[in-house]
This record gives sequence, C-alpha cells and structure tokens, in this order.
Amino acid sequence: MSMGDEPLYPIAVLIDELKNEDIQLRLNSIRRLPTIARALGEERTRKELIPFLSENNDDVDEVLLAMAEELGAFIPYIGGIEHANVLLPPLETLCTVEETCVREKAVESLCKIGSQMKETDLAESFVPLVKRLAAGEWFTARVSACGLFHIPYPSAPENSKAELRSVYSQLCQDDMPMVRRSAATNLGKFAATMEPAHLKTDIMQIFEDLTQDDQDSVRLLAVEGCAALGKLLEPQDCVKHILPVIVNFSQDKSWRVRYMVANQLYELCEAVGPEPTKSELVPAYVRLLRDNEAEVRIAAAGKVTKFSLILNAELAIQHILPCVKELSSDSSQHVRSALASVIMGMAPVLGKEATTEQLLPIFLSLLKDEFPDVRLSIISKLDQVNQVIGIDLLSQSLLPAIVELAEDRHWRVRLAIIEYIPLLASQLGVGFFDDKLGALCMKWLQDKVYSIRDAAATNLKRLAEEFGPDWALQHIVPQVLDMIKNPHYLHRMTVLRAISLLAPVMGSEITCSKLLPVVVEVSKDRVPNIKFNVAKALQSMTPIVDHTVVESTIRPCLIELSEDPDADVRFFANQAIQAIDNKTTSS
Amino acid sequence: MDDVAMAPEGLEWKFSQVFGERAAGEEVQEVDIISAIEFDKNGDHLATGDRGGRVVLFERTDKIDGGVHRRVLEAMDCSSSQHPEFHYKTEFQSHEPEFDYLKSLEIEEKINKIRWCQTANNAMFLLSTNDKTIKFWKVQEKKIKKVCNFNLDPPKPTINGFVTTSNAPTSFKTCFTNGGSNDNPLNFRNNNVSLRGLTSLHLPTVTSHETSLLARCRKTYAHAHDYHINSISNNSDCETFISADDLRINLWNLEISSQSFNIVDKKPANMEDLTEVITSAEFHPSHCNMLAYSSSKGSIRLIDLRQSALCDTHSKLFEEHEAPGSKSFFSDIISSISDIKFSKGGRYILSRDYMTLKMWDINMGSGPVATFQVHEHLRPKLCDLYENDAIFDKFECCLSGDGQRVATGSYSHLFRVFGCSEGSTEATTLEATKNPTRRQVQTPPRFLRSPGGSDDVNGNSFDLTTKLLHLAWHPSENSIACAASNSLYMYYA
Repeated sequence: MSMGDEPLYPIAVLIDELKNEDIQLRLNSIRRLPTIARALGEERTRKELIPFLSENNDDVDEVLLAMAEELGAFIPYIGGIEHANVLLPPLETLCTVEETCVREKAVESLCKIGSQMKETDLAESFVPLVKRLAAGEWFTARVSACGLFHIPYPSAPENSKAELRSVYSQLCQDDMPMVRRSAATNLGKFAATMEPAHLKTDIMQIFEDLTQDDQDSVRLLAVEGCAALGKLLEPQDCVKHILPVIVNFSQDKSWRVRYMVANQLYELCEAVGPEPTKSELVPAYVRLLRDNEAEVRIAAAGKVTKFSLILNAELAIQHILPCVKELSSDSSQHVRSALASVIMGMAPVLGKEATTEQLLPIFLSLLKDEFPDVRLSIISKLDQVNQVIGIDLLSQSLLPAIVELAEDRHWRVRLAIIEYIPLLASQLGVGFFDDKLGALCMKWLQDKVYSIRDAAATNLKRLAEEFGPDWALQHIVPQVLDMIKNPHYLHRMTVLRAISLLAPVMGSEITCSKLLPVVVEVSKDRVPNIKFNVAKALQSMTPIVDHTVVESTIRPCLIELSEDPDADVRFFANQAIQAIDNKTTSS
Repeated sequence: MDDVAMAPEGLEWKFSQVFGERAAGEEVQEVDIISAIEFDKNGDHLATGDRGGRVVLFERTDKIDGGVHRRVLEAMDCSSSQHPEFHYKTEFQSHEPEFDYLKSLEIEEKINKIRWCQTANNAMFLLSTNDKTIKFWKVQEKKIKKVCNFNLDPPKPTINGFVTTSNAPTSFKTCFTNGGSNDNPLNFRNNNVSLRGLTSLHLPTVTSHETSLLARCRKTYAHAHDYHINSISNNSDCETFISADDLRINLWNLEISSQSFNIVDKKPANMEDLTEVITSAEFHPSHCNMLAYSSSKGSIRLIDLRQSALCDTHSKLFEEHEAPGSKSFFSDIISSISDIKFSKGGRYILSRDYMTLKMWDINMGSGPVATFQVHEHLRPKLCDLYENDAIFDKFECCLSGDGQRVATGSYSHLFRVFGCSEGSTEATTLEATKNPTRRQVQTPPRFLRSPGGSDDVNGNSFDLTTKLLHLAWHPSENSIACAASNSLYMYYA
C-alpha cells in the first residue's frame, strides 16, 4: 500500500502515542491501528507492528480490550486471510489476561478470524493454539479455550477431532468452577459443529456430567444448554437424553435451577414433539407454576402465554388454566404482576368462549388487585383481549380500576396510567371516554407533581390526534382555556404547555381564533416565568399560523416582552424574535 | 499425625517474625492499629488491614524459590528449620474516610475484613471492606517501561495529557510538504527525522528492566448496607460473595457491583422488637449453597441457598441451652458470638463468644462437641468489664489447616491455642512478644488486682487496653499470625 500521499506526521504521532503515558492517548492510538497499519504497509504491519503489539501487552485493561477488538478486524491490513496466523499470537496472549471482558473480546476476535481461515491454516495454527490454551497453567487460558473449539473442529482431520473432543471433556471436569462454567456455556456451540454419532456419545456424556456438577452455577448453565442441545438432536434422541434431565432439573433442590427450567421449558417443547410434551413437559411446567419458591413461580407465570401458544387450546384449558387461576391470587404480588403482564395474550389462544368463561373472571380479579403494577399490566395489554371478546365485558370493571390508579398516591403509578389513556381511548371509543375519562384528564393538569402535569399536557395532544380536532375543540380546548385563570402560576404554565402542544394538532384556524388570543392575553401576566413561557409558546406557534398573523399579533407581543424588566423574559423574547426573523429571511 | 485417634502432642511455639514492632515507650498511632488479618488460600501471602484504611501485603519468602533455598540449606548443613517466613511486599490505601451527607454519618476508613479471591496470572485479587463499602482489588506486578526511539525526537512531553493529536501536526506540516515529496520506499531509510522533515515511520523501542507492584481497585460494591458490615465471605464457586451487616446478608456477583441480592433480612417491622443481630457470616468452604451466620444471642444458623431466594428460615440451628440456674445479668452479653469459622473440610464450625471457644459439628445441633475456656479467670470481673465496655470486644478465632487445633485471642496481648482432636488436653497460652512463652508458667492467674489495666510484670493481671482481637492460622502449616495493636507477630511450631 502506498503512503506517498498520506501525511506521515500524524501517523508518527499515533505510533509514538501507542506508548504514551496517558491512557487516553494510548487508547486513541490503538483505536486507530488500521490507520497506522495502512501507513506501514502490509509487510511491515506483519513483521513489525503485530510483533510489537504482542510484546507490549502489559497494559491496562481498557487498552487491552480495545486491542483485542481491533485485531479481530485486522485481516485486510496484514495482506489477507493467508497471513491470518500472524494475528493469532497477540490474541492468544490476550486470551489469558485476568480481566474477563478482555478475554471474551479476544475469543470473539479469534473466532472472527478463525472462521475465515483456510482449513490447512486452521489445522496448522489454530488447533495448536486451542490446545495450548486448554492446557494453560492458569484458569484464565482454559476459560478462553472453551469458546474456541467450534471454529477449527468441522474442518479438522479425524485424529485431531478426537483429540479436541477429549480435551473439551477434560475442561468440563476442570478443578476450577470458572472453567466448567465456560465449558457448559459453550457446549451448545461446540455440539452444533459435531457429527451426530459423537453428539450422542461424547457430548451427551459431557452434558450429563455437567448436569450433576456440585456447583449450582454450573448446573444452571447446563440447563441453558438443554434447549440448544435439544434442537440439535433428533426428537427421539432428545426424548431419550434431554427430557429426563430437564424433568429432573424441574425438581432440582436448588430454586435457581428450577427458575432456569421455568424460563427455558417452552423452548424444549418443539424439540421433543407433541406427545412427550403432553406427557412430560406439561406436568413439569404445572409443577413449576405451583413451586414453593415465589421466584420460580414468577418465571413460570411469565411464560404462560408462550407455553400455551405451543400447546393446543384444549391442553392449555385443561392444564394451564387452573394454575393461572391459582396464580391470580398468589400471595406474592410479583407473581401476580408477572402473570398480569402476559395473561392477556392467552385470549387469542383460548378462543372466545374459554376467554369469556374462564379468563375474564381472572382479568377482573387482577384489575381489582391491591398492587398497582398488576392493574397496570392488565390495562397495558387491553388491545389483545379486545380483539377476542370485545371490550364491553370489561368496561364496567375497567373504570373503577382506572379511576383508582389515576388517584394513586404514588406519582409513578399515575404517570403510568396517563400513558395508557390514549390506548384506552382508542379501545373504548369516544362515547365511553367522554362520559368517564374526560374529567380525569383535566384533573391531571393540576396534579401536585410536575411530571404528571407535563404528561397530562402531552396526553391531551395524543387524545386530540386520536379523536380529531373537531372533537378536541369541543371536549378539550374550552376546558383547558378556562384553566388559564387559575390563581397558581404553575398551573397557568401547564396550560401554556398544553396549548403549545395542541396548536400543531388543531391547525392554523383554531390556533388563531382560540389559542393565540389566550396566549397573548397571558403575556401580561405578573409572573416572569409565565411571560417567558409565553415567548417560548409564541415561538413554537409561528410555523403553524399565517405570516400576517405572525407580524400582526405575535411579533408585537414579543417586542413588548423584549422590553420586560426581567432578564429571562427579554432573553426568550429576543430568541423568539430572532427565530421569526431567520424564518422570514430564509423564506 | 495420620492416626486420628491418637492425640497429637502439644506444640512448642516459637517466635518467627514481627512487623512494625514498637520501640520501648513509642506511642501507638490509632491509624496503625491492625484491624484484619487474612492468609490467602495456599498460605503464600498474608494481608493485614488497619484502622487507617490501608491494606498491607506480605509474601512468603522461604517457599518461592524452594529448590534453590533447599540446596543452600543443604550446603550450609543446616537442619531443616523450614517455617513460613514472610517479607513485606506492598501496601495500598484501600479506604478513605467518608461522610454520608444524607444520614450525617461519618464513615470510618477502618478495614473490617479482608478476603482473598482466586489468583490469576500472578495477579492477586482481594476484597476489603470498611463499615459500608466493599472493594475488589487487583495487585499485580507491572513492568516499568522505558520507551525510546520515538518517531518524533525528542518525544513530546505529555504535560498533563494536554497534548492532543489534532493540533500537533499543524506545526510540522510545512516541513513535511517540503521534505516528504520523494517517493522513495520508506523501508530503505533508517533515519526517520531528516533535517527537512519526517520521511519514515518506525515503532518505538520498549525496554523494561524492573517491575513494580500496582494495586488497582477493580470494583466498588457500595450503598447496599444500612448497618455496619461485619463480614464478607467468598463462595466456592469463585463467582459470588456475601456481605453481612447487623441485620442483613447480601449476595453479590464479583463482576457486578451495581446490584446485590438480599438473602437474609432480620430487620423487624418495628425496630423496638429487635432482639438479635447478625455478628458474623461465612460461606461453607466447598458447598456453594451453604452458609452459616452467628448472632448476638449465641446461636449459629446454617442456611441453604437452594431452598429459597430469601433465606429467613434456617435449615439448621446450633445453640447451647444454658442450665437454668446459671443465668445471670451478663449471660446474654457474653453469649454473643463474635466470630465463626468453618473448618477446612466444612464439617465443623468454630465459634467464639466472650468467654469461650466452641466447636460445633454441623451434623449435631444439640450442642457443641467441644468447649474451651479462654479466660475463665475474668468471670468474677464481668461487672468491671461491663462498665468499661470491654465485654463487647469482638475476638476472632481460627482453626489450623488440619483441624486439630484452634486459637483465639485474649487480653494483655495473650492468645491461646487448644488441641481439639479427641483426647487432646493441649491448652497453651502465648504472648504476642518475641518471647511468647515467658508467661506460660504462671497461668492461670489466680487473682486480679486492678481491672483497668496493669503493668504487673508477673503477668498475674490483665491489661484491657492490649487486647489481641485478630489472628489467623496458616492454611497448611502450624504458623499463626496475630495482631498486637500495630504490630504483626508470627509464630510457628
């Protein structure tokens, strides 16, 4: 690569700063390694830069992490994939450092490079690297090794394959739990590259050992591997090898293991097929739904919809639904909350009849739950049930729930329900909204908490978008404008905010006739905060209204404000005037 | 030694080393007082923490180059007097005094506990904690690098890191355009900076001769404890650890400092109902799911993390019921357990309360398998000890690696070693001085003169200000490290 055109000086600085005392400068140089490499050319990069980096790996973790990442994409700068082996030594060293994130990045980069390398090169340089790491003195090297086996394995010669398998199984019995955890994590990846015959013998043996590990943390990861392995095996093998393990795990002494099973179980259903699902997995899942430990029930409850989707309606009604009923009155609020966040999705699975008869009472009881999160979860997914049974059946219970949430003493709860109001409005229709919810929306504008008032203003805008300007003109605008006379300046400010949000939705005509006069009126308020918010509101309204209105109404008002005794008012007024001027000159 | 039934002979303890010995009449600085001692897993390193928030590391010297050492010994025709010998390795400031503005509380920098974590690549890792904040330290040898042969000569000094790459080139640009116009392959040129400008690039040369130890704080686990942290303990999975305060125990992942899980919560809904606090907690050495914690009421609870997420119900309870008659005003106070330790295999738990050491078999909840009186001669003086608060002193305890002996501290810089194998009557009193056995003859003292402390050279009295709270037994050899205020004494047998 030619460097005749490239200014050398900046490159020289970059190179020198690879060894600067300032970490930030070193990091910067490492991030620009491609630039340095391009300037040096491919050959010098291979012969000088890469060895230089290999030797100088006694740096802080941040720099090493950046180096590990850069080297992963370095093939173009060393002269293509046939030279890839020169990148292996520095990455191999990085695979052995103490810092987990550096090692993980180095492994990732090695995989990236390895997956492009030629078969002969893999056998010649990658396989020995994996073996060296696997035999490393410190656990750090061995942990890294586990994540590399799947790269050279598929193309390795037969004897080498056998060796790799046996090395891996040794890693699974390593003394250090970290190594066994890494082996368990990467088992699925390695297994995916393996011939079916070895999968059934070697990998299953390894897997079984891991499932009996005395460290819970290893067994947990083995559970995660179940689904991945299950998908690789033929259904009958999966039933033979994986199913008993997972059924065992679902009754493990450790709640953390059962928790993992509860999270993973539905993924296995497809791998084993419908019959074993019905006979084995459904009972296991039902047990987990009734587990003693609340954490396990939380995990299981969160998967009822996913699990039901895999089963047919009949099985779901027969086995899952009774548990769902129990969970809806669980002693732990978190369990009920987890259930409430997914239960609405069961309606389409169960169909109209079952939903009306069985699910609806559960919805209703959850809507009356003492814990606001549970009620909110139900309300947030209202659209799903609406598609199946229509909202009428729910609306009578909905209203009290909404009103109660709207007045909850925790402002975060009030905030959450405000955010669902447009959804509710669209599901419930204009009629219901006008009767019941309109007043609430106005009430929030005067909430004690700013975030609520702000959200209430935004809510009005979204409602106007939902139901259209004509409706808003009747049901929102008059009420809002009335409140401008509120004695509290903070509430007047909320109204200003609402007006400037509503203006774009209402359109030019209504803005000019209804909103603008009110804003101009307020510009004479005695509180400076109001006045500079008027300036801001006026500025936001200029794009909506006609140019003549800007000149005849807005500008005079702003000019008056720009002479206000208060500095802030003058500032925002001038800013607005300037914005108008800019717009006029540009157009 | 192999025959368990046979009681081992009593050990003859000898002085080995002292660090930070006080000169006669020298006053002890409060910040120098040692507040934590811990050997690492194989006993090659020892860490101490002090009230000034410092952690000091010692390294074993006699074993590091074992081969050479032995040959030297043989050449000298010396009888093998191999015992652990340590030298000062490094120290670092782990904690600084802080102020909690929300609660208007001063947070002392005093190190309450140190725990070693898994070593990797010759880098040492340890956890240290004060009352509120746990820190994860990495101590590593770094090469001192000398970089020369820069492209730009002389290398631009990096003053406070203000030199940036963006503004640097401009000053030289003109030089380059004059001199860099030739298209010669740059590889041919060895000299890089000609008079007219920069014409070739090369990599700087790095040489390193020495190494220095560098301690870096990798993680800080803060804001998870409302009360004072009394213990931290690593799990055998090398991934998690617990921290315990007066009312709660939290579980952490070493890699994650932003959250922890509360696994034991003893806080009553109404603080007036509070009757018992957690005093110490430790993970089982090999079972990742088991941990034990002790309470101020003299009980030890074993909990199983597999059973549930919040382990408020214990799976086993160990406590000794006092004979009804012997109850006194002080019984509750002196039964408070100040420290517990699992034996190496995890079968036994050693506990220390004010007057005794007790050994518990985790398979036997009905009572301790052995009880050792530490300083029975103080029993008549409990009233005085109560009045000057000495009765609330928290003594630590330790077990030998083979589980045959136990040790704990007392007053007047004394500590006691007991044989705990069956039939053993070994009970030694040692003093943390260069001559540990000088008072042994007189024990037990028959009477006490002045409870507030005394300078009676005969040792018949006790000095409440010179308490020996912290000590640790080497994991594989008969060697004890103990802290006598600011001095670290080491003994071997």
